[in-house]
Amino acid sequence: MERFLETIIDGIAVGSIYGALALALVLIYRSTGIVNFAQGEMAMFATFIAWALTEAGIPIGLAVLITIAFALVAGMIIERVLIRPVEGGQELTLVVVTLGLFIFINGMATWIWGPQNRGFPRLLPNDRISVLGLDTTWEAVLLVVVLLGVAGVLFLIFNKTKIGLAMRAAAANPDASRIVGVPVGRMLMLGWGLAAAVGAIAGVLIAPRLFLDVNLMGAVMIYAFASATLGGFDSAFGAIVGGWIIGIAEAIAGGYIDFIGQDLKILVPLIIILTVLLVRPQGLFGSPAVARV
Amino acid sequence: MRRYLTGPVGWGIILVVAILLPFFTSSFRVGQFTLALCFAVVVLGLNLLLGYSGQISLGHSAFFALGAYVTAVLVGKEGFPHLATLPIAAIICALAGFLVGLPALRLHGLYLALVTLGIAIAFPQLIKRFDEITEGTQGLATSQPLPPAFLDWLAADQFLYFLNLAIAIPMFLLAMGLVRGKVGRALIAIRDNEIAAKSFGVNLSFHKTIAFAISAAYAGVAGSMYAFTIGFVAPESFGFILSFQFLAAVVVGGVATIAGAIFGALFIEFVPVYAADVDPSLTAVIYGAVIILFMYVLPSGVMGLIRRVAGPGKPGKEKDQAAGALTPEVGPPAGTRAGAPAAAEMSLSHQRRSK
Amino acid sequence: MRNSSLLRLLALALVAVMAVAAGCGRDDDGGGGEGGTASAPGCTDSEIHLGGSYPFSGPASAYASIEKGVQARFAEQNANGGVNGRQIEFTTYDDGYEPAKALTNVRRLITQDQVFALFNTLGTPNNLAIWDYVNQQKVPHLFVATGASDWGEDIQAHPYTTGWQPNYVDEARIYADYLKKEKPNAKVAALYQNDDFGQDLLGGFEEAIQGSNIEIVARESYEVTDPTITSQMSSLAASGADTFLNITTPKFSAQAIAAVARSDWQPLHILNNVGASKTLVLTPVGLENAQGIVSSNYFMDPESPDYRDEPAVQEYREAVAEHQPDSNPNESFVMYGWTAGSTMIAALEELQNCDREALMDIVRSIDVEIPTLLPGVRLTMNGEQDTYPIQGSQMMRFEGENWQFFGDVIDATTLVPGGSS
Repeated sequence: MERFLETIIDGIAVGSIYGALALALVLIYRSTGIVNFAQGEMAMFATFIAWALTEAGIPIGLAVLITIAFALVAGMIIERVLIRPVEGGQELTLVVVTLGLFIFINGMATWIWGPQNRGFPRLLPNDRISVLGLDTTWEAVLLVVVLLGVAGVLFLIFNKTKIGLAMRAAAANPDASRIVGVPVGRMLMLGWGLAAAVGAIAGVLIAPRLFLDVNLMGAVMIYAFASATLGGFDSAFGAIVGGWIIGIAEAIAGGYIDFIGQDLKILVPLIIILTVLLVRPQGLFGSPAVARV
Repeated sequence: MRRYLTGPVGWGIILVVAILLPFFTSSFRVGQFTLALCFAVVVLGLNLLLGYSGQISLGHSAFFALGAYVTAVLVGKEGFPHLATLPIAAIICALAGFLVGLPALRLHGLYLALVTLGIAIAFPQLIKRFDEITEGTQGLATSQPLPPAFLDWLAADQFLYFLNLAIAIPMFLLAMGLVRGKVGRALIAIRDNEIAAKSFGVNLSFHKTIAFAISAAYAGVAGSMYAFTIGFVAPESFGFILSFQFLAAVVVGGVATIAGAIFGALFIEFVPVYAADVDPSLTAVIYGAVIILFMYVLPSGVMGLIRRVAGPGKPGKEKDQAAGALTPEVGPPAGTRAGAPAAAEMSLSHQRRSK
Repeated sequence: MRNSSLLRLLALALVAVMAVAAGCGRDDDGGGGEGGTASAPGCTDSEIHLGGSYPFSGPASAYASIEKGVQARFAEQNANGGVNGRQIEFTTYDDGYEPAKALTNVRRLITQDQVFALFNTLGTPNNLAIWDYVNQQKVPHLFVATGASDWGEDIQAHPYTTGWQPNYVDEARIYADYLKKEKPNAKVAALYQNDDFGQDLLGGFEEAIQGSNIEIVARESYEVTDPTITSQMSSLAASGADTFLNITTPKFSAQAIAAVARSDWQPLHILNNVGASKTLVLTPVGLENAQGIVSSNYFMDPESPDYRDEPAVQEYREAVAEHQPDSNPNESFVMYGWTAGSTMIAALEELQNCDREALMDIVRSIDVEIPTLLPGVRLTMNGEQDTYPIQGSQMMRFEGENWQFFGDVIDATTLVPGGSS
């Protein structure tokens, strides 16, 4: 039984990693209406910036804050310079641009910092603590707390503030939004900036455990997408919960179901998503689609 | 005039160039063109699905791998003749595509993309799991087809090229026929406006799943071609990144075009190599930048450029084919976007398009 | 009218561009190199041209440092007059660890660049994809950078291909042997990468412990595409094993060591050679978490107090600083490349005429000591009798800040009856 609970805890720890990046994906989606395949690479790049800052002697806390600010600005610039020219066109063109961006950013990071593995300083000590009688670490707890905090903040912004409303409007219906005076361009920039910042937060929380190299986010990406899909792409809390569900399901399947074992456990998130989407196409927490004829 | 370039004369030029190519280029380049032929077939298949029926798939690397392994196992372990495995791969992949197409009926845009991506990621694991058949991570070597006696004046690489060309040509002709025929028109109707198509009596489920099946069959044939071109298959060859490459190739070539597959395939085969020649440590940077620039300069792909240069065409057929292709859905249906509860699926895209 | 002439121009331009870009003319029927008394391509009295394919990009790009080590060694040799008066040129292309790209690269190297021999091509699936073609072309395919046992199993089928490093099965035998002496009743938990590297090592270990009291009580695999190995490590930690066999590549080695450190499991920790890099694995994890880990190696660790003052290592550091200043000489992959490069030079030193068959004869009967291999590790091949160049290794333990070697150099062929010969 204790082993089982430990598996659950493992699942939540790992699921929080998926959820962290999923938050950034949901954010970019809610504020701009598109899916950004390069989100993970942007987060990785920001994490490298943080690492470079700490290598230069800046204390980790300050480095993280500087990185978040950098990511915010960089995200806004990317939207303005790279994405704006193709935003009015076909969605597929935009998707391929984000794919190109994925390759570009990954290549840039490799060129600047090399492909080697490196450590990343922790924000909190790695001591083991006991939560509700179960073993975990400060770092895992921090991840969960920060995630919920960020999701809460996002929820408040989007649902309770005017600027959040403006962002949602700009994403859903740019033309009508313009007519009522919403500065669509600026809202989109803000959306990209925020998503990049959330990605940076995710990166600095994930890197201590996963170690930093240019492929840090590549493996996490698909799980992050799965989490966001499961949760419903327009729900921040949904992304986190989706991540936990997938993390736990994977841990249980890998640990207990021999037929699946560790090599097929990738099937678990896939089957979960498929089942959920067939029964509830908008995901667990998303809002349903209505098609008017 | 546009009719000529995108019609028989244009194809004639391409065919002549294709036939002359292996006699004027070094054997490793011929090898590259041969690979480009394999990719052209799968990209064509993906375009049939994406451009003409409006369903996105990021899972085509799995169908490609399935076709490749069918051929590799049958030829490498059971001694089948190479060409005999092509229809087998096509049928097996068509079945697989059909099975994927069934749940796909209920999924749209982003969700369909992600589920198919999941399939692409899971497939190499299945290859490893069933290693009694596939030899797992060791990989499976297959012999390459040998030229028959009357053709043995050709070099090995040239023969392989012509073999692949001989397979690719009917695949292209078939695609052209499909697109212009009843099935193609039904698919285009579905892509442009599902609900209207349904009210006109088009059988949505049938056509959409058929589209998946056909598209997967193309990927399977391409995979077979790949297997006997390279002569070796391993799970590492079929990562999900290949699916992204195929998607990029479709868009670079031109969505909802037949000839676009050729340009898209050439792009994904050659541009990374050229990028590496410029500077090996900057390969990815250059490749990524080229993709992005391409999308700015040629958002409708190479075929879009050719159509523009060739001048306005006959109103009607081709315009219909191209028009709706602008908005195959990738973003989720309107209602799932925050704060936009009631907008018709297609009309949101129309609004975005009118910017 | 305007349009049609424009079209024709376009069509012509297209054809022209393709012809030029594709490299006009077929010039690849072997034949002479750059003039001189060459009887094989890529080799003259003054120059020898080698070719390689490495993963400069993609998931295995950490191994790209190997090529830097090789280039540094060749540059050093060239600065000292070359080998037998020949300057070495080593052309390498990126394959991103993909077999198809490796094949394209190798075709290019052989038919377009006309290299004399292939050297140190990296990756088991990549080499399996190319070895049929390379052997058909009768091009030497030397000292491949993988530890698979395939390269020495059937040299009749692939006479031109040889391995270099101790293969994974032999490495596993050395760990089994150590464990039999250290902890004859060990209960082992194994983490392994689910590919031929991991399966080879684990399989070799399982075979080597047969008949002893050592037992594998838990085994968990992971994929290179997995983001974390948390659940695998939890299972292993809970298995009740007292020994941990860690068969991983650097990124995952780090995660595994960190996971052990985080838990209260304190096993005897055996780490495979590929994952034993201080720079890539132990420093990121924290050296305090690496104390007591054992592994094996066959070349000198440039940081280990046992070897850091060796003249061969000094020479290595100076050369890397001069010819590959962006590389970190402390990185074991760079030293790997340097040592492999030294091996190639040792073989080329015996080569008089530009003859590929002669080179193969030299390699198949080679018997040398390479300066940066551990003293006592000899590089030998002998036709059918000995198809694996390096089979010696020494155990090492991480203490303080560095790896410390202990025990004797072990020749894996002496271990278990029926060891690879």
